[in-house]
Amino acid sequence: MTDLNDLKYTSDHEWVLIDEDPAEGVDAGGVVVGITAYAADKLGDVVFLELPEVGTAVAAGEVVGEIESTKSVGELISPVDGTVTEVNERAVEEPELLNSDPFGDGWLIKVMVAEVPGDLLSLEQYREVTGE
Amino acid sequence: MTERLSPLDAIHRAAGATFTDFAGWQMPVRYSSDLAEHKAVRTTAGLFDLSHMGEIVVVGPEADRALDYALAGKLSASVEGQAKYTLLLARHGGVIDDLVVYRTGADRYLVVANAANAEHVADELRARTAPFDCEVFDESDDVALIAVQGPKALEILTTTPGFGLQGDGNDHDDFVHAVTGMKYYRAVAAEYAEQPVLVARTGYTGEDGFELYVSPDQAPALWEALAEAGEPHGIVPAGLASRDTLRLEAGMPLYGHELTRDTFPAQAGLGRVVALGKEVDFVGRAASEEGPAPDAPVLVGLVSEGRRAGRAGYALFDGEGADASEVGVITSGALSPTLGHPIAMAYVAPRHAATGTTLYVDVRGTRIAASVVDLPFYRRAK
Repeated sequence: MTDLNDLKYTSDHEWVLIDEDPAEGVDAGGVVVGITAYAADKLGDVVFLELPEVGTAVAAGEVVGEIESTKSVGELISPVDGTVTEVNERAVEEPELLNSDPFGDGWLIKVMVAEVPGDLLSLEQYREVTGE
Repeated sequence: MTERLSPLDAIHRAAGATFTDFAGWQMPVRYSSDLAEHKAVRTTAGLFDLSHMGEIVVVGPEADRALDYALAGKLSASVEGQAKYTLLLARHGGVIDDLVVYRTGADRYLVVANAANAEHVADELRARTAPFDCEVFDESDDVALIAVQGPKALEILTTTPGFGLQGDGNDHDDFVHAVTGMKYYRAVAAEYAEQPVLVARTGYTGEDGFELYVSPDQAPALWEALAEAGEPHGIVPAGLASRDTLRLEAGMPLYGHELTRDTFPAQAGLGRVVALGKEVDFVGRAASEEGPAPDAPVLVGLVSEGRRAGRAGYALFDGEGADASEVGVITSGALSPTLGHPIAMAYVAPRHAATGTTLYVDVRGTRIAASVVDLPFYRRAK
């Protein structure tokens, strides 16, 4: 179980795992990106994902994917500048993972970054955004 | 506008529902998973709170004649206990609201309106029926509505203790007999815990089911009793998200999407609902007789492959290229939970409305092919 305190957040409801320990499955300089449980809950049952391809250059604030639920369409906004190194193909096949395990098996992309933006939110700051 | 709460609000909050604003009402959009709720209604049963709907009573010796004038249907032809789907038309022929009207007595009707339109429908009915010997009462605040929908609905209703028929000494066997033999679009005056409840075999899901009109005081106890009786069958509380995908699969129009003041019933495939055979005048008659322009868009069903759904407001084109012309717009669309592929209802120019026509949905910049199909997308096995 991911400790939510270890993650950083954006006001667009993405989470970012910054961990330079390869044992955690993240290469040095790499981050993992997903959407928060709050976002998944607001969307409802996720039924379709469109994620960037491996090798795509992404910029912080840029729309890089789409998350569709039965009711609505959400955008995946990259929280970082970098290059996509891995896409969660299992989540593409089983989009319901975003609802059942948004902070774990429902991760979306891994991105190799030069530096992590300084303006990401702590859990406490993110909870002020959601009011929860 | 003040936020309006259902009499079942506390039950929904305890169940952990997510809420949405619907015409000023805070209503459950889902409890846990809208897909699971959708599936439950298709396979067992779902329990819906529809207390936001408007209930307007029209009563008096001339109530039947008054409604024949006010509405598109021939309500005087309804027998006691019969429900009818009908429309409140504007004088120019557009749709002000779609309604279910129950004849609940020789001189009494219950008009059920969409929440967003309820007050306006009541005002229109008052104005239109003024010359007749009848009265109009907006009882929306005094009526809660609970729907049990799905193949197990009858079994659940008949195994819920506490029902009887009105004026019948609360005999449960008589109630079971009455609802078991009841046809679709019929209703019976019943009692629950000795309080009146109108039990109607109606719904908006494409499944068998019942809608129960009950006092707000009684609603929580009735909800809990139905949930308890349904538990062995796998009943789940179901929110408005699943209600929308269920009605879309069943090809049923939603006011504000498929029906608007600018829509003629004939465009929506509802020409038969306008009773031009009525021997009396009614509001919207002249415009309905003239009908929409020959090139006015018509409602079609669309299906496509993959999982990317066209949604309300997305434009339709007659080709994939940049030079293709826009020929219509989607009014409702979703990935169908039952069928597993995208479905949509759309208004398209008549020359593109033939079954089998290929159109292209603009899904946020990507053109996706879709085929025109007959409605509904889903029909339950009888």
